[in-house]
Amino acid sequence: MANRRDFLKGCLASGGAAAAALAPEPACARDNLQQPPDALGLLYDSTLCVGCQACVAACKHVNENPAEFRTIDHLWDSPLDTTGHTFNVIKVYSSGTGEVKNAETNGFAFMKTSCMHCADPSCVSACPVSAMQKDPVTGIVSYDPDACFGCRYCVAACAFGIPKYQYDSPTGRIGKCELCRHRHKDGHYSACAEVCPTGATLFGRTSDLLVEAKRRLALKPGATTKIPRGRLPYSDAAAEKASTWRKEPDQHYEAQMATYLQHVYGETEYGSTQVLKLSAVSFEKLGMPDLPPQSSASKSETIQHTLYQGMVMPVALLVGMTYVAKRNVVHDEDASEGGQS
Amino acid sequence: MSAHSPAAPLGGRLLNPVTMVCGLLIAAMMAVLLTRFIFGLGAVTNLNDGYPWGLWVIVDVLIGSAFACGGFSVAMLVYIFNKGEYHPLVRPALLTSLFGYTLAGVGVIFDLGRYWNFWHILWPGYGNLNSALFETATCISVYILVMWIEFSPVFMDKLGLTVAKKKLNKVLYFFIALGTVLPMMHQSSIGTLLVLMGSQVNPLWQTPVVPLLYLLTAITMGYGVVLFESCIASSAERRKIEVHLLQPMAKVMLGLLAAFLVVRVADLLMRGALGNAFVFNLATLFFWFEMILFVLPFVLIGSVEQRRNPARLFLAGVAIMLGGSVLRLNGYLIGYDTGPGWNYFPSVPELVVTLGMFAIEVLGYIIITRRFPVLSREAAPAH
Repeated sequence: MANRRDFLKGCLASGGAAAAALAPEPACARDNLQQPPDALGLLYDSTLCVGCQACVAACKHVNENPAEFRTIDHLWDSPLDTTGHTFNVIKVYSSGTGEVKNAETNGFAFMKTSCMHCADPSCVSACPVSAMQKDPVTGIVSYDPDACFGCRYCVAACAFGIPKYQYDSPTGRIGKCELCRHRHKDGHYSACAEVCPTGATLFGRTSDLLVEAKRRLALKPGATTKIPRGRLPYSDAAAEKASTWRKEPDQHYEAQMATYLQHVYGETEYGSTQVLKLSAVSFEKLGMPDLPPQSSASKSETIQHTLYQGMVMPVALLVGMTYVAKRNVVHDEDASEGGQS
Repeated sequence: MSAHSPAAPLGGRLLNPVTMVCGLLIAAMMAVLLTRFIFGLGAVTNLNDGYPWGLWVIVDVLIGSAFACGGFSVAMLVYIFNKGEYHPLVRPALLTSLFGYTLAGVGVIFDLGRYWNFWHILWPGYGNLNSALFETATCISVYILVMWIEFSPVFMDKLGLTVAKKKLNKVLYFFIALGTVLPMMHQSSIGTLLVLMGSQVNPLWQTPVVPLLYLLTAITMGYGVVLFESCIASSAERRKIEVHLLQPMAKVMLGLLAAFLVVRVADLLMRGALGNAFVFNLATLFFWFEMILFVLPFVLIGSVEQRRNPARLFLAGVAIMLGGSVLRLNGYLIGYDTGPGWNYFPSVPELVVTLGMFAIEVLGYIIITRRFPVLSREAAPAH
């Protein structure tokens, strides 16, 4: 027969997990992860972009991705969004007459869509088999198809909708921008920045790119300023000298500044991203989500670490359950051996 | 009436209209799967990058495994809360759990885009301890093994392995304990998976208490499934319904359901998310549908007299099963929005696979209960 003590014991044991999930102050709260000091990234300035899509073509080429056709004649690569075979796309926003560049009404504006290389990426936290990794030095979020088992939790988790799966293949992979890390050893940097004719996409160290972004925001609209192209040199000469990037001539030019929104997208979003963006038109209108400063990875891992740190809670629960079950199973056997079978 | 009368095979023919329909559904499923493995997921599913998880993951695995919580829920009653009188319910409940989980585990393979690497989940060099999906997947894998061990005395009875059974019985309590802890872990983690998706999930379902909500509903659904299945098995096999067991068990179920509703509503109020329930859209409609299903059992079987009515027990079981399913469907599909332009509705081949998986469960249940000692003899076929 049931006895009150056993019942209470069972309640205590099973209540443990539940109580932990309810605890108001998580014991293992995990803050946003920070970018490595030498994190690499891009600065995309929507106001400078002319929508030529040289970056889209270059990205396809260096990543050996096939063309994706949207027209019946199948003449040129025309993806509407990033896919498992397209890691970078320039989208266009248009409103009303669509005549004025960088205007939210009766105007148009461009936006680059590619991996933001989050400081605290959801895809890395999501991946159960460590196929998504964040490099401890460059901060590049990389993908290893040999580790991946194709669960697509990264696809579901990313707030920017970046990791994409190749549904058209029986051996499909995840496709996403890795900042051309496979070309770094030859001194090449991200192809999109290498080919950008207007410096709208600039490669460099994220901390330097942030300084450059804030410099532009501080300028008066209409002012003329120097715009670098390709790669932004390191701010400290020693680091620049020690770097192994290919030597290039200075490609800067003079440009007139647009009326920026006073917002560096990626400075605080989801605890910061290594790809930063500037724009004159609201980022939400350009398809960039409005995200809180706390990363989702920190929220999810706070829950996981609270429940599973050192496996203390599950093991304690198991010990309790084993103790109770042992007593009750013995009861059970005695009863059945007592001539009832 | 003895509460401990031994289980016995039901006997009867294995080839009948029900098993033949099951066989056809399974054959259709095989054809779809062949296409999927030759041409890729895109050839048979409507999955896309806005909705990378569709019917197979959400229904076959996430909801399917919650349906398979009957074994765990009843084992908790019998072995942890020492309610020995429920013992006759353990074996049949464990059998459906065993099928549900094993098929959920197999079903995952169909959906995995790079399935040949599936073993990485159990290989130490690959595991990512920060991932809620890692916890879910490893824990489910281990639990499937534990359930086969828990259920193995049934096969040992049949095969006459008395020595092996005696040996196993000496340590069975450990596997029983493990069999209660593991589902608590992964059923709550299935809820935690939503947290990482951030604001893509409607605030009605995006909450830090989501692991607790999923755990409570999984246990409740476990009891719901036992109600549902006892009634179905009794009518299909013309056995007496064990109302004397189902009535008090249904009361336990209502208690847990009440606890769930308190947590659910308190969480919505505290986060200030309840306002989202009063805008008119599909998600809101489904939110109220979910709430009605969770409240319905109190209307159906609130009193003892009502709980003695098998039809009401059956309907309450169905309401709970649907409520828990809609909760999961809402979080992962209806309330999951990755932005304009994306939509998903399962394709016919996807439905065929889900039906085929269900057919395997039904077929397996019929074969095993008719040939192995699962259901208790006291309620042997009343011809």
